[in-house]
This record gives sequence, structure tokens and C-alpha cells, in this order.
Amino acid sequence: MSKFHTMTAAHVAAGLRKREFSSLEVTRSFLDRIASLDGHLNSFITVTPESALAAAKAADARIAGGEAVTALTGVPYAHKDIFCTKGVRTSCGSRMLENFIAPYDATVTRRFQDAGMVMLGKTNMDEFAMGSSNETSCFGPVRNPWDLQRVPGGSSGGSAAAVAARIAPFATGTDTGGSIRQPAALCGITGIKPTYGAVSRFGMIAFASSLDQGGPMAVTAEDAALVLNVMAGSDPRDSTSVERDKEDYTRVLGDPLRGLRVGMPKEFFGSDGLDPKVGDAVHAAAAELVRLGASLVEVSLPNSELSIPAYYVVAPAECSSNLSRFDGVRFGYRCKDPKDLMDLFCRSRGEGFGAEVKRRIMIGTYALSAGYYDAYYLQALKVRRLIRNDFDAAFTRCDVILGPTSPTTAFRIGEKTDDPVTMYLSDIYTIAVNLAGLPGMSIPCGFADGLPIGLQIIGRHFDEARMLNVAHQYQQATDWHARLPAQFA
Amino acid sequence: MSWEPVIGLEIHAQLQTKSKIFSGASTAFGSEPNTQACIIDLGMPGVLPVLNREAVRMAIAFGLAIGAPVAPRSIFARKNYFYPDLPKGYQISQYETPIVGKGSVRILMDDGAVREIGVTRAHLEEDAGKSLHEDFHGMSGIDLNRAGTPLLEIVSEPDMRSAKEAVAYMKTIHALVRYLGICDGNMQEGSFRCDANVSVRRGGDPKFGTRCEIKNINSFRFVERAINHEIERQIEVIEGGGKIDQETRLYDPDRNETRTMRSKEEANDYRYFPDPDLLPVVVDDAFVAAVRDSLPELPEAKRERFMAHYALSAYDAGVLTASRELADYYESTVAAANGESKFAANWVMGDLAAFLNKEGREIADSPVTPAMLGSLVNRIVDKTISGTIAKKVFELMWNGEGDPDAVIARHGLKQVTDTGAIEKAIAEVMAENPQQLGQYRSGKDKLFGFFVGQVMKKTQGKASPEQVNALLKDKLAP
Repeated sequence: MSKFHTMTAAHVAAGLRKREFSSLEVTRSFLDRIASLDGHLNSFITVTPESALAAAKAADARIAGGEAVTALTGVPYAHKDIFCTKGVRTSCGSRMLENFIAPYDATVTRRFQDAGMVMLGKTNMDEFAMGSSNETSCFGPVRNPWDLQRVPGGSSGGSAAAVAARIAPFATGTDTGGSIRQPAALCGITGIKPTYGAVSRFGMIAFASSLDQGGPMAVTAEDAALVLNVMAGSDPRDSTSVERDKEDYTRVLGDPLRGLRVGMPKEFFGSDGLDPKVGDAVHAAAAELVRLGASLVEVSLPNSELSIPAYYVVAPAECSSNLSRFDGVRFGYRCKDPKDLMDLFCRSRGEGFGAEVKRRIMIGTYALSAGYYDAYYLQALKVRRLIRNDFDAAFTRCDVILGPTSPTTAFRIGEKTDDPVTMYLSDIYTIAVNLAGLPGMSIPCGFADGLPIGLQIIGRHFDEARMLNVAHQYQQATDWHARLPAQFA
Repeated sequence: MSWEPVIGLEIHAQLQTKSKIFSGASTAFGSEPNTQACIIDLGMPGVLPVLNREAVRMAIAFGLAIGAPVAPRSIFARKNYFYPDLPKGYQISQYETPIVGKGSVRILMDDGAVREIGVTRAHLEEDAGKSLHEDFHGMSGIDLNRAGTPLLEIVSEPDMRSAKEAVAYMKTIHALVRYLGICDGNMQEGSFRCDANVSVRRGGDPKFGTRCEIKNINSFRFVERAINHEIERQIEVIEGGGKIDQETRLYDPDRNETRTMRSKEEANDYRYFPDPDLLPVVVDDAFVAAVRDSLPELPEAKRERFMAHYALSAYDAGVLTASRELADYYESTVAAANGESKFAANWVMGDLAAFLNKEGREIADSPVTPAMLGSLVNRIVDKTISGTIAKKVFELMWNGEGDPDAVIARHGLKQVTDTGAIEKAIAEVMAENPQQLGQYRSGKDKLFGFFVGQVMKKTQGKASPEQVNALLKDKLAP
């Protein structure tokens, strides 16, 4: 019976509603898989079997009672360890929060609870979501299920690996510069970063507030749409969440792609860093969309080359301020025997944060300093505006933009750790989307040497439903997304 | 060589909102430490601020009251620095675009002179918590109840030229925020406090001298003393051949001196940048108009109305409009006293003020209500009692004996106007004092007062003084 891991979340949900099996059975099955398989991956920081089983029982009772059953009631999931969970450690992959238990639930956490979904545990991640390989976690690196010597991408590497290995039906992620899409690409799953403001950031520990956005990581576009239905929605506790009517992201999944105009930015395909096999796979996917009725148009994003430098001013600047609250005074890591106040601050932060986090705090502090602010921060904001204008112009000629998610497939653990700039380039295609506040997603579109390749779809603001429609139609015609790594089949 | 001080004030007024500026926690003062700090005030990982609309309304009310433009779009910024009682490691404040722009207030000096003082700007920000240095055995305690309390920081132009002007300005702003009902003005509890920027220059020099900032002064008296002390210190340094270093100083009221807190070199680089967690504050014309419509009569307008309507001097009108509560009390008293505005003013500013002062009470706690004081005035005017007896009645009312008619009846204080009774008392006095009578009749007019006093004494002060005067004149005549 234990075939739940080969089912999509939508199938599991349908089976639960038809009472073909119980949430308790499903939840036990995934907890068993975590127990037996996660030793290879290190994708979970915390597993919560007791509360998961209790939530599963409650969901079964809810389904039996026929009351307030939502599309995903009883379906288990893995939660990125950046979302606060009352009573369960929220570490952000950092020594700083190694023992931190939040006294409250994030809005996303609460929405999942209210929907009767079952949290299996909290997934590993780059420290404070800063990284593209999941190697900066203080809980050790996560391994890619397709090749355990390789990284899963980051920062939502634990979530991506857990879904790719089917030890969780779906997971949450957060994306500041590509942290959902790049690991989704490297692990061969479907991940969507919604429009900035679509998903509440309340209770999602901030890295760069103007860029951070939570989103689903799943096996299929349909699953991602179902999860997004629960995650998204305005929140009075987040001033930057956008007030709009509740939307059903599955509503146009089945629409044909006839008449769809797909923009191909020429800047995405000319660069030296793009692995030709990745480029070929993306072109093949574009051809598939044409076969499904879409047409291709060349578009240009002339300022996209400025996105990495602009991002590495804005994101560190915001992070340098956001992470100031970790000072050893009220919560989190505190150094032993501080000799005075300055020693308490300096050693708590010096010992509690890892190298990459400290690097970004330093960069950000420098960029905001008196005399440098105009040259760096203000300049970066102007570039941000230019990048957004580029997208606006492109979207007058197309409905979605297509390109690679990451220039390469998964690289080896340790391969880029000594060269932060090369590591940063791993997000070259994803970062501009965050700077413009647009929705972007990654879906599997092929393999190179046994490693998955990700196809990026970028949409207009709040046009997630159409992007999911494109992804779903593509997935109906292909089976890249349905493949499992042999070891986890 | 004469020296001219140049002074500017930064006043921090705590806004009287029920909840904090970015969270739903209560702002009430005096609770157990850390019982009024919610996860947002504590700066817990993942929390976000949501702006309290009421704080915006209050800031706009202040802006309108000082004739300043209200910014249609203002921005909250983060002021970054590390301090144990600053939970997030930054304070949310307004930096480049404050909600209230340039305005001004007029201050009234004791000699009746009026000066206009510019207000550069006023902006919204959150207060920090408190560090407690006692009772923790060599460690410090942190109380975050105050963290997140809304503040309006009111920055003046360097327009004041003496400590007295600075105090008058501070009092004017104090009265204004209390009139507007946006700040309780309680200086002991720190609801209204200021930093003073002080420099001195040679008379006639167009350039300002180097300034020092004196931090956190929380009483009118200390403002005057701190500034005067700082002026003297600066003059002394310069005249001694030294120069003033720009620095932040702390005033010590116990020793009446200021001392260095941090020099310019030690000043923080606050790394201000727009807070990405908050949207710009957009205020539309309709909202501003609604706030304008709800503004109460302001102190200056009230003062002028009191002068015109109640025929009061500028000084009296100034005293009576110092607070809205006092002005309301006065107006109610006048109404109860059938329009006897001058009488009412004398009583409010005289006996009432003296009793309040002596017992350290607020006008709201006065046991003598405006109705009681008004009817006391009426009893004087209708000659039921004399002015002297009225003072006694007032004291009895203060001590809780009820309204004046009851007091007069209970203590038999009604003025004696019966001519027969007064004549009888006069006859007795004349009989008891033959020597004085003789002297008076032989031309010693000054003794008239002696006879008035004796008659009043005999009638326990109740005799009508006018009748006593008239009858005595008649009877004493040779």
C-alpha cells in the first residue's frame, strides 16, 4: 500500500476525500521514508512525528465529519525552517537560532494548520537563506537526491531535496534571489516564487525584506497551484502584502496554450556561463510549447546584466539591518561570559553567524554607510527601476517569458564554496525577477548527464494562474517532472 | 564683549494612542516590566510592523496647528544602531521625508513680548525600551514596555536667544499638544522631554558658533538651568582661549552641570535607509480636511477670545488659557457666575490656584467645582457675603462642605445688612472706646479704620462693609 510517494499531492488529497486511505496512513508512510532515507540527504533539520500524527488524526476526524474540508486537508508537507512554528524550533539553518523556539506561528504556518495540513518537520536551508548550494547551513550540507555528491541548490535546498526524493509530497520555500527556483531546477521539481506581496511574510524570518517571498515547491504545477491557494492572500499583519480578492490558482490549468506569446530574452541565451546542454533543453521546451499552440517572440532585457551587482547591494543592505536584532540580548545565541556590553554584541554575533552571513552583513553595512549610500544603495534602487522597466516593455510583446532557471545543473559539494562570486552567478537568471517583484517558476525540462535541468517561466505581476497553466500543459505533454531518482524510487 | 546664545530644541512628545505605533500592545505607563511588550515590540525573528493610523492622525493635527504643510507621502526609515534596549537593532523613524513640514509657533514672554519660533519639522518614530541599572547586581535589566510607543519629534529652528525663550517655547508646545489631546504632557513619566542644541556667538556675528546637544531634559526648570549652565560653560571655554567641540552632553540636575556623553568622532553612523517593511504613508486631502475639522480651539485663539470676550488683560488671558482644562474651568465658572468674568478670573487665578498649588492637585481634581465657585461669586455680587467672608467660604468648600449657600447657612455667614443691628454694634464700640472716640473727633481721621475693624469684629465679619462705613461716618461725626 505504501505507494503514496509516487502520487502527487492532488492524488493524495483526492484519495483522502474519497476515504480510500487515511491521513494517518499517508503521514506514517512519509515519516517512515524520512526515517529511512533522509540520512542520505540531510534535508530535515527537525522532524516532528508526534505532532504530525496528531495533526493527521485531527484531519481524518475532520474529513470523517465532512466539515470544513479543504483541498489539501490531511496532506503532509515539509516546512522550510525559516517559517516560525510555535513550539517547534525555527533555526534558519544558523547557530544563532540553533535553540530558538518561536512563541508564535507564521501566517503561512497558520494558514496550513487552518486548512488541516500536516507538517512533517522543518527543512534544511542555507543559513538565513543566504546561499545557492545549501552548504552554509550550520546543520551541514543537503545532498542532491540525483547525485549525493552534488548540491541540491539553495537556499531552499532541504525542501527541494525532500520533494525530489518524495520523502514529502510538497514543501515550502522562500525566494529572495532564486532560492525556490534554483534548487527546484537542480533537484528536478516544480517551484514557484509568487509576485512580491502575494504571500504574507509575517513570521518568515527576513533576509531581504523587499525581495523575500514564500512559495510552494512540489512535484507538479497542479500541486503548486493547490498549495498556493492556501499560502497566498493578503495579511493585515504584513503591510507589504497586497490586498486583493482571493484567487483560485487552478482555475485555468486546463486551458489550451493556443495564442500564447512566449518571450525569449536574447540576453538569457548568449552568455558564456550557460551550459549548452541547459540551453538546448530550454530551446526544446520552447519548441514543445509551440507544438502546444504557443508562438515565440524574441524580447530583450538589456539591463539584466546589472541585476547581480544591484542585488548584491540591496539584499546585503537590508540583511545587515534585518539581522541586527540577533545581538545576544533577548533570544538566540549568546556568547559565554561576556566581559561587557560590546563583548556581548561582538562575540554573540561573531560566534553565532557563519561566514557567508557575516560577509553579507559587512557588504550591506558598507553600502549603507554615510558617504557611500548614494553611490551604492540609491544607485542600486535606480537599476532596480530600469530592470522593472525592461520587463514591462517585454511584457507588451509577450504573455510569459521563458529561459533557463540556472546556467548549469547541480554542481559538486565544495566546488564553489571558495569563490563566492561564481556561486552568486548561479542565480544570474533568477535575481532580476525578485528585483522586479515578478512571479517566476521553475519546472523540470530535461536531464544532462543524469542531472535535472530547470525551465524558468516568468509572468506579469499577479499572473501566476497563467504561468501555472503553461507549466501544467507542458507537464501534461512531458514526463520530466514525474521521474524519480533511482535510489528513492 | 557681549555673547548671544543660539538655541534650538528637539522635543519628543509621546502620542496618546491606546496601542503602540507598530503593534497592538498597550501603551499604558507603569506596568510590570516587559508585560506590555508583544512579539513585535520584542523584535522577534519574522515579525513585521503595521502602522497605527491614529498616530498619523495625531501628527497631522499637530502639523495643522502650527501651520505646517502635511506631506502627502512620507517615508519611514530605519535608524540602525546597537543598544540593549533597542530590540531590532534599529529604530523606525522618519528621516528624509517627515510627515509634518515647516511651521511656526508664537511664544509669549513674561513681559508681554511675542516672538515667532520656527518649527523645522515634526516626524513620527517609535520609542526605545529602558535600561535599568539598579537592583541587578552589576548587570543591567531591560524593560521593553516603552519600546514601540509612538513619539512625535518636534524639531525647532535655532531661533531662541535665551534659556527663558527656550522654556517659553517648550511651554507653548506643551500646551499645544495637550490642547490637541495628542500627548498627556506628563514630564515625570517622560511623555514630554527634550534635547537642547546650544551655541554662543559674539553679538553681531552672522555665523553660528559650534553647538553642543544636551540630551534628555525632562522638566521646564531643568531646561532653563541646563541651557544657562551650558551657555556659561561655552563662554568660559572661548574666553579662556579654547574652542567648543561639537558633542553630545548630558545634564546632571543634582550637580547642575553638563558633561560629555560622546564626541563627534564617537557619533554613530546610523545608516538610514527606507524601511522595506512599511509602505510610504499616503495622506489624502480628505483625511487632512477631516482632521482639520476636528481641531479644537488652539491656545492662541483662545487667549485672544478671552481678552476680547471677557475683557481680560493679556497676562490674565495667558494664564487662564495655559491649559485646556483650566480654560474650560474658567469658562464654566463665568457661566455659573452670570458673566462676572473679572471676578471669576480673580478667584480662579487667586484662591483656587493657591489651593491647587499648595496641595499639588490638578484642576480636574479640585473639590470646588466651577458651579460652586460661580455661585460663590454670585453671593459676593448680591451682597449675601463680603469678599473677606467669601475666602472663608471657599476654604470650607475646599474642605468638602458643599456648595456656598449650604456653607453660608450652616456657618451663619450671611452678611448683616440690618441697619439696627449694625447701629447697635457701633454704639457698643463707641461706648467701649471713649479715648479713641475723643481723638477721632479732635481730628485724628486715621482712627476711622480702627472703628471699622472693631465693628466688623463685633459682627464676626458679617456686617456689610459699605453699611458699616456709611453708618460709622454718620455716628462718629462730632
